[in-house]
Amino acid sequence: MEWETVIGLEVHVSLSTKSKLFSGSSTKFGAQPNTQASIFDCALPGTLPVLNEEALRMAVRFGVAIGAEIGKRSVFDRKNYFYPDLPKGYQVTQLDFPTVGKGSLTVTLADGSEKVIGVTRAHIEENAGKSLHEEFSGMSGIDLNRAGEPLLEIVSEPEITCAEEAVAYLKKLHTIIRYLDISDAIMAQGSMRCDVNVSIRPKGTTELGTRAEIKNINSFRFVEKAIHSEVARQQEILEDGGRIIQETRRYNADKDVTTSMRSKEVANDYRYFPEPDLLPVVIDDEYIAAVRAQLPELPNARKARFIEEYSLSNYDAGVLVSSREMAEYFEIVARSSGDSKLAANWVSQDLLGMLNKNNWDITESPIQAERLATLIARIKDNTISGKIAKTVFETMISDKSAVDAIIEAKGLKQVTDSGEIEKLVLEVIENNPIQVQQYKDGKEQVIGFLVGQCMQLSKGKANPAQVNELLREKMQ
Amino acid sequence: MINSTVAEISAALAAGDISSVEITQAYLDRIATLNGELNAFITVCEDSALLQAKAADDARANGNDSPLLGIPLAHKDIFCTKDILTTCGSRMLHNFVSPYNATVVERFIDAGTVLLGKTNMDEFAMGSSNETSFFGDVKNPWNTECVPGGSSGGSAAAVAADLCAMATGTDTGGSIRQPAAFCGVTGIKPSYGRVSRWGMIAFASSLDQAGPITKSAEDAALMLNVMSGLDKKDSTSIDRPAEDFTASLNQPLKGLRIGVPKQHFAEGLSMEVEQAVRDALAEYEKLGAVIKEVDLTNSHLSVSAYYVIAPAEASANLSRFDGVRYGYRCEDPVDLEDMYKRTRSEGFGEEVKRRIMVGTYALSAGFYDAYYRKAQKIRRLIADDFDRAFEEVDVIIGPTSPHTAFKLGSKSDPVSMYLEDIYTIAVNLAGLPAASIPVGIANGLPMGMQIIGKYFDEAKILNVAHQFQQHTDWHKQKATAITAASGES
Amino acid sequence: MALDKTEVEKIAHLARLHISESETEEVTTRITDILTLIDQMQSVDTEAVEPLAHPLDLVQRLRADEITEENQRDRLQQLAPASEDGLYLVPKVLE
Repeated sequence: MEWETVIGLEVHVSLSTKSKLFSGSSTKFGAQPNTQASIFDCALPGTLPVLNEEALRMAVRFGVAIGAEIGKRSVFDRKNYFYPDLPKGYQVTQLDFPTVGKGSLTVTLADGSEKVIGVTRAHIEENAGKSLHEEFSGMSGIDLNRAGEPLLEIVSEPEITCAEEAVAYLKKLHTIIRYLDISDAIMAQGSMRCDVNVSIRPKGTTELGTRAEIKNINSFRFVEKAIHSEVARQQEILEDGGRIIQETRRYNADKDVTTSMRSKEVANDYRYFPEPDLLPVVIDDEYIAAVRAQLPELPNARKARFIEEYSLSNYDAGVLVSSREMAEYFEIVARSSGDSKLAANWVSQDLLGMLNKNNWDITESPIQAERLATLIARIKDNTISGKIAKTVFETMISDKSAVDAIIEAKGLKQVTDSGEIEKLVLEVIENNPIQVQQYKDGKEQVIGFLVGQCMQLSKGKANPAQVNELLREKMQ
Repeated sequence: MINSTVAEISAALAAGDISSVEITQAYLDRIATLNGELNAFITVCEDSALLQAKAADDARANGNDSPLLGIPLAHKDIFCTKDILTTCGSRMLHNFVSPYNATVVERFIDAGTVLLGKTNMDEFAMGSSNETSFFGDVKNPWNTECVPGGSSGGSAAAVAADLCAMATGTDTGGSIRQPAAFCGVTGIKPSYGRVSRWGMIAFASSLDQAGPITKSAEDAALMLNVMSGLDKKDSTSIDRPAEDFTASLNQPLKGLRIGVPKQHFAEGLSMEVEQAVRDALAEYEKLGAVIKEVDLTNSHLSVSAYYVIAPAEASANLSRFDGVRYGYRCEDPVDLEDMYKRTRSEGFGEEVKRRIMVGTYALSAGFYDAYYRKAQKIRRLIADDFDRAFEEVDVIIGPTSPHTAFKLGSKSDPVSMYLEDIYTIAVNLAGLPAASIPVGIANGLPMGMQIIGKYFDEAKILNVAHQFQQHTDWHKQKATAITAASGES
Repeated sequence: MALDKTEVEKIAHLARLHISESETEEVTTRITDILTLIDQMQSVDTEAVEPLAHPLDLVQRLRADEITEENQRDRLQQLAPASEDGLYLVPKVLE
């Protein structure tokens, strides 16, 4: 039987507010345990929540960016369960009236086609603390620094049909979140986490199969692998006449399998009810309009502008806008160097290649945008050739001196002195009489070989255009 | 002087007839004599009280003339008090020394009052008799075989027995008004949102409200002046301009429209209480008020709705008591679940556990609509009843409790205890302000009358209460059992 | 509505309360009584009524995104039944 896969994603993003969702504790990463846990965060009796305006604004920002309905009256609820890293014994979240309602993301697939994937909702909620299991004989240690940090949980429609689409969706989500500057969204650090709901059904049917939820996957690659592995598992069970159990699973990357997280705990009953310590959050059109007015240029708009303004190809523009930092980097290079085509090539090929090779983020690039722009400017003004520029670029990775200083120090400056070039040309004409004769007999393409000889002789420093011109002149 | 009102003590302090240290010492002596029998206080802050009294006297010498400067008070042990044991009447918090002050506590510190101690209460404010406290029953100063009411029973008993000049209480379903009625003192539950809940240990968040328990309506106004006002730490605290609740105390009542709900004079009301309230209404008519019957159609549903909403909210509010970060933890838990279950079963008393169970059930899968949502709809009907009634009247008056204080241990089943609050609960569901003031004595026990006002109409309630107290002296009657026991006036 | 023993045990577990064998019967009776009291409200038709969550129709105030809290760990952990190296200790959390 042929099967089709149905995937829904729940992505948790840590909103990058300075203080927590309901208290004035710092959210700074990496502090000593429990040093950022106030009396509210520790759920001391009598303490009460007050909503952080920035967390709300960030959620609305996201909603507006994905064209979602914004909940003008959102309501917080308590989700009740006991866990040592949940100090109040309930998590404050939004059940029926989330701040962000239905919206959508347009993702670009590997074949270049586009697909619109629905976002069901995005709601604001509190993070839990951390349980540390090592070091305390038979005990666990609880750190509440993270407890109460603001999260945005973004829930997709079950409209994703394969692992590749899931990853494209996640990457697009990541890009937008970074553009909006509402979260670091670093999966490895947990500021972006992903739960994947997977089910399969016979191809062509419409009823959803029983799903398994794979919790807390922390890289795009693992999302892809986990889906492949889970789909295979479900397929095998169904083909053997078995049934899928609705349950929570965990992805084990070492063994590339998903395993059940079922404990003896009976099915959870979260007993949601409206949080009486908070009132409905009401926002008006004016508020939404103000958030919209402050939106940065988003990837799709920026891509269109890059194509238009810098005459880039659809592909190059797509690569360059895939991260906000890269797009900004590119624009600096393009504007400062005055050559957008060269800028696009250098950023998307040389720079990106170098970063990928070293596993660096663009924000960690040893070559700042302004320096790369200077390098390109030197190609444009004929100080160096494109080929020599690659050598200079390599040097710039470790050598922080000015581009011109590097060119100077290494003696890479292009030879444009016509006297010197004449010497080269004459020497090559003398050494290659056969080819010269061929040229004179009308074999035009031999010129390439002769220019090459001149360049070799000059160790790449001669200006090829000048060489070409002079060769033709001397052979007439 | 200890049997005087706050207004009188304030005047004496201002006149230099007495110092705060002297009056504080007098109350401390009285507590030392009587608390053993009444059990009104869980904690007495003798040393710090005297230091605060000295500081108040010094401040006065330096020109501070704030009305409550140097007045000794007691806080219900539901308010977090920095560096002072804060138990909420529970074993769960038997060792909890709060690291912070409730906003109410902070405001009384700013007003220069002297904290004598923390008063006993029903555990987590769940009770109407003060019998659920981990720290033992409180005795009614009028008859020590009777309950003082609850849950603010310690505060009401302390004020009635002159163990303090004034006290704070909290009221979720009648917990200020019913003990005030049983102990013959004045108490007012303000409009929901009037007084900050920050630092007040939550029972049912959408119903809880703090208020004064005093010897007169005027004193209640003085306390409310200090307690009320916006607190940005409490999202449900209301931003309204500051009000002087003493300003309109003396307004004449001519033309006042008093609503009398027929549902509050129905079956179950004792003859004595009915007579006392009717006499009081006659007094109001003499003062020029007009009496009009009002219909609170759905008031009979208030107890049902309340016993869904309050336990549901409580079941979540009390989840934080898990033995992890503070308070009681059971001995040698074998695993996490054992720690949770034994900590909570040993730390909470029977009534608290019962309400957690009811609340958990009401919220559990499949029951939410039938219970919690239904109760919130009933809540709307009840609030609408009041809105309609207040289109025709200025205040609503009836009995606070169907009868006088009952005997300790006489109500062993929870449901009959719950019905104690039959006249008071609807007010919390609607979020309205309401006071209870003494209105008579029957068989040696005081009776209370409830005055319900419109939202934010505390000033009107206090005006109506004060005028009654200007023309009668029920509020001046003293608890007889204790007066005899202590051999003091 | 009458509760049975299994339901009482389920609720007790959700609420993390331990109810001993000997208490179960009494607890069940008491809670059933309370539910009977509560069920009085079922007699009213509330189909068209909007639920009332808060007595006043107010909206949430917002707080500026500022750090107003300082580290109080030592102070707060004095209250803790068990702590070590700045962490609250609990019996092993099984995942």
